[in-house]
Amino acid sequence: MRKHFSEYIERNLADREDFVFITGDLGYNALEGVAKKMGPRFINAGVAEQNMIGVAAGMASQGFQVLCYSIAPFVVYRCLEQMRNDVCFHNLPVYIAGNGGGYGYGIMGSSHHAIEDIATLSGLPNMQCYIPGFVEDMRATMDEMFARRRPAYLRLGLGKNLPADMQLVTGGTQTVLTPEARLTILSQGPVTNNLIAALAKSDKQNSIDVFTLNTMPFVTLPAALATSIATTKNILVIEEHISIGGLGSSLALLVNEAGLPLDKFISLHAEGYPNGLYGSQAYHQQVSGLGEENILRVINSYF
Amino acid sequence: MDYKQLQGRLRSNILKMHHGAGSGHIGCSLSCIDIMAAILKFKNEADTFILSKGHAATALYTILNETGAIPDEDLGTFYKNATTLPAHPAPLKYAAIPFATGSLGHGLPLATGIAKANKLKGNDKISFVLMSDGETNEGTSWEAAHFAVANKLDNLIAFVDCNGLQGFGNTADILGNTASPKLWEAMGFEVVECDGHDIEALMQAWKKLAANKNGKPKMVVASTVKGKGIKEMEDKMEWHYLPMTDAQYTAAKQEIRAGYGLEND
Repeated sequence: MRKHFSEYIERNLADREDFVFITGDLGYNALEGVAKKMGPRFINAGVAEQNMIGVAAGMASQGFQVLCYSIAPFVVYRCLEQMRNDVCFHNLPVYIAGNGGGYGYGIMGSSHHAIEDIATLSGLPNMQCYIPGFVEDMRATMDEMFARRRPAYLRLGLGKNLPADMQLVTGGTQTVLTPEARLTILSQGPVTNNLIAALAKSDKQNSIDVFTLNTMPFVTLPAALATSIATTKNILVIEEHISIGGLGSSLALLVNEAGLPLDKFISLHAEGYPNGLYGSQAYHQQVSGLGEENILRVINSYF
Repeated sequence: MDYKQLQGRLRSNILKMHHGAGSGHIGCSLSCIDIMAAILKFKNEADTFILSKGHAATALYTILNETGAIPDEDLGTFYKNATTLPAHPAPLKYAAIPFATGSLGHGLPLATGIAKANKLKGNDKISFVLMSDGETNEGTSWEAAHFAVANKLDNLIAFVDCNGLQGFGNTADILGNTASPKLWEAMGFEVVECDGHDIEALMQAWKKLAANKNGKPKMVVASTVKGKGIKEMEDKMEWHYLPMTDAQYTAAKQEIRAGYGLEND
């Protein structure tokens, strides 16, 4: 996604005089083109993320749209008060792009992972988090984020192409709903690729409605999702994020508020580091039950 | 020019607000009100000012009332329910208060960003910020300082209200003097030291700095007395926190009237 991200910036925003890009000293082999095209509006703020966000808020108060780039955990956790007080309280167009959401940085270790980022940011006033899962919804997501001109967080990961049987909808993607569906799956971000791989091996594909949601906070149940849940009464949530403050906990609240009866609700989510061992992104997904095989096993448990 | 009457009037208004509200943070407002007057009475309208030490909000509200940016009727709501004037400045309420502050270490990065924006736009606006000396303990102040130097932001003027006291002790005894002119000069700032209660000297100092387009961000290290103008409060840490009794308020009002040559109301 990082490549598509920089291409998008170069193509759509780099020429705009009111657009500023600030990096927290990262972007080797990705942002050189953006830097060249933007000239003085491309700023390296050094290894000083809190100041980067404060500076961004100051610039945004003078009419600039400012995108701040770093590795996801560095720009989320360290700058939380700057995001809340300086950016969100003032509803300024400062966007933080965090590369390597979830376990994206794999063997780099826990310091480089961001599995509580959505919980951390999505409750801030005026904030919208964007978690695209595919290259295709990344473009639509960034279009929306920059048009909204309000505080935002873009969580970048390793997205693939949208499968042929899924379509873009507002705030995410979905399969064509079937009246015979017996399971509703809601997924978020690039981990959806593991779900798609599992579904490819499942003989229950035609009995499952699949949705992805790429914006947080999740405060309104989309009509199509509500219809599917009312039909299936079975929910599986998949997210590369801790269960607290994430997609599953938000959906549980919305389903209860809507009074939708359920037979079964399973949340597959980032479990942290339950065995205290480290590895690739795929390794951590597998330890958390987010690997393809476990997803398929859990899907089969509904039938 | 003599600004004694102005200084007395601003102090009287600060005391009135604190007494009406029964609130603390009196000493810190009396410490920096002259600095704020030296900036806000004389800056160009398009220049920006951020009070980074947001706990001195009554000083900010008072001087902005003096300049016409906050109406009289709003001042009377200070600290009350449903006010636009809480104990620390609120966001998006007054054009003259561009940022809500109250957590220390935010003002210098914000003012630095404004200065950087002004440079990119090629305008002549000055970005002012007022910090406390204790606040320069914050790492963000140092991050912003290096950014301002690296980006040659000579349109940034930072004031430090150096009263030598912070939250729970003397600055010298806690982390040492992190507002030391030598430290900021070593980072690349152009620094001048000034009496923080001399409005004319403060104003002349920043005007001279502003005219010096040498690529260096500017700092005025202003030597002040916490609680300035009221002997019982001067240089005492507790007046960061304490509200006044009625008797203390009556005495303080009289002391300000006498000390600054105000007529009785």
